Amino acid sequence: MNRRDARRIARRAGLYAAALGLMVFAGFPFYWMLITTFKQNRDLYVGAFDTSHVPWIFNDPPTLEHVRLLFGQTDFLRWVANTLLVVVVVIVITVAVAVPAGYSLARLTGRWGERLGMGIFFTYLIPPTLLFIPFSRVVALLGLQNSLGALILVYPTITIPFCTWLIMGFLRSVPWDIEEQAMIDGYSRLAVILRVAPRLILPGILTVVVFTFTLVMQEFVYALTFISSVDRMTVSLGVPIALVRGDVYHWGSLMAAALFTSIPLAIIYNLFIDRFIQGFTMGAVKG
Amino acid sequence: MTQRPRLADRADLLGGMMLAPALVYVIVLVGGPFVVAIILSFSTATAGSLSFEWAGLRNYRAILADPIFLRALRNTVIVTVGSQLLVVALATAAAQVFRATFRGKPLARFVLLLPWAVPVSLAAIAWTWIFDSTFSVLNWTLKVAGLLHGWLYWLGDPALALSAIIIVQAWRIFPFATVIVLAGLSSIPSEILEAAIADGAGFWRRLFRIELPLLTPVLAVAILFGVVYTATDLGVVYILTGGGPANTTHVLPTLAFQRGVLGADLGQGAAIAVFLLPFLILVAIAMLRLARRTEIGGGGRDEPT
Repeated sequence: MNRRDARRIARRAGLYAAALGLMVFAGFPFYWMLITTFKQNRDLYVGAFDTSHVPWIFNDPPTLEHVRLLFGQTDFLRWVANTLLVVVVVIVITVAVAVPAGYSLARLTGRWGERLGMGIFFTYLIPPTLLFIPFSRVVALLGLQNSLGALILVYPTITIPFCTWLIMGFLRSVPWDIEEQAMIDGYSRLAVILRVAPRLILPGILTVVVFTFTLVMQEFVYALTFISSVDRMTVSLGVPIALVRGDVYHWGSLMAAALFTSIPLAIIYNLFIDRFIQGFTMGAVKG
Repeated sequence: MTQRPRLADRADLLGGMMLAPALVYVIVLVGGPFVVAIILSFSTATAGSLSFEWAGLRNYRAILADPIFLRALRNTVIVTVGSQLLVVALATAAAQVFRATFRGKPLARFVLLLPWAVPVSLAAIAWTWIFDSTFSVLNWTLKVAGLLHGWLYWLGDPALALSAIIIVQAWRIFPFATVIVLAGLSSIPSEILEAAIADGAGFWRRLFRIELPLLTPVLAVAILFGVVYTATDLGVVYILTGGGPANTTHVLPTLAFQRGVLGADLGQGAAIAVFLLPFLILVAIAMLRLARRTEIGGGGRDEPT
């Protein structure tokens, strides 16, 4: 074995070590949710000062007790239903508003559309933590406090700017030829928009739907501000707030809830990550 | 011969009509509340009544004399800067790893994206369990490894709690930064790197002399979003420490929530939240400059791939 081979092997070893280290850091809390979900209480609640009891593995056989508790005796399924209701309505609003706006900015408004698009995107940077106080007043005035209606009203303020930008960026990468040809063939602008464009935008709309779904699943600040009744909470609010009764943490069920909510999101992120990224990099990266 | 275009062919008119709902939504429900937030910060408004009285700078004077607020402001800066430094280091390393091909890469990618996919509040509750004062697996592991002789009360000690917050913020943001840096790396023309290799430039030299300088705009985008996500985040601190012990780990969003929503003092809550604005304005300016630079730098954008 010569020096070159040795260096190559060392480099591969370094690569795998770095990959492993990053995976452990990124995945550890997820592993911890997984193992906590299925551990028996007597295996779970052993003080960490007892070094003879290894917390990383199952010392007793796994159990479904916490999962049963979560689905049978808590409002978890109710929260899932609430979340899905908000998801569906917010998706409808977002698609109806952001898709035409994105098309308009990409195809119809020319130079000032680009500036306006940038302006709309910047509103995405205004965080919920700056707006939740005035919104609590708006929501009270509209009589929406403690209702899912408040979330349905407010979530589009996050999804519309981002999705308008996404659709605009997406259309810029779709050649103008097909629409142009349709106009040469005698379609009016309006006819192009109604009959030709929808087919072209469809993949973009899918991204909008997915982004909106993940956002509603993850949002916490507005839900915390507006919703106080346990039976009206969404998953991301109910689990950390209402599953903790007083000072009693049912860690098994808590981690089960976190696990089951995270799995679908993790799968979606793996499928759609590249499309989200196009929205964030704002042309600083050309794909 | 020119013909007056029919209504169905007026691009500007159709464009305006299609854009209007989005503009109205954004102006009424983002612009409006934004202005209200600033007005509220100069008022004595409370959550219980709808009365509204001008208070001038009273809220600002009150919070600027409040050690808890000053501490929260300092914590926000420390957490934001600390976590973003970690994020840059982790994301640069992770991007180098993921650029290479290795066995198990799809699985590794899945795991890498987990922190980003998990809702903040659920991740924070998982970390709360990891940092538990009695059952912390970290303490167990450190003890077994012989690195810890006493005991770490992760969320019970102000300095440790702040470090815990920084770790969690870096954990949840570095996958996002990694993916952005990877996208940037793939846009560096391969000829440049090949030329560097031909000239005998080693890994570190290529990284620091060629890749990182070329990646600056992309890294900047990642950091800017990271700053916004960290500085304005409420969930991590709210769930992990609730601002405790004894109000030592508050950041601006949690303190604004405590005073404005739980304490019903909308005026003071709004004034605290307004201190987030400098972070956001800096980020917005940086982004605009960046966008302008890439616009000038790269003509012919978005050719179909």
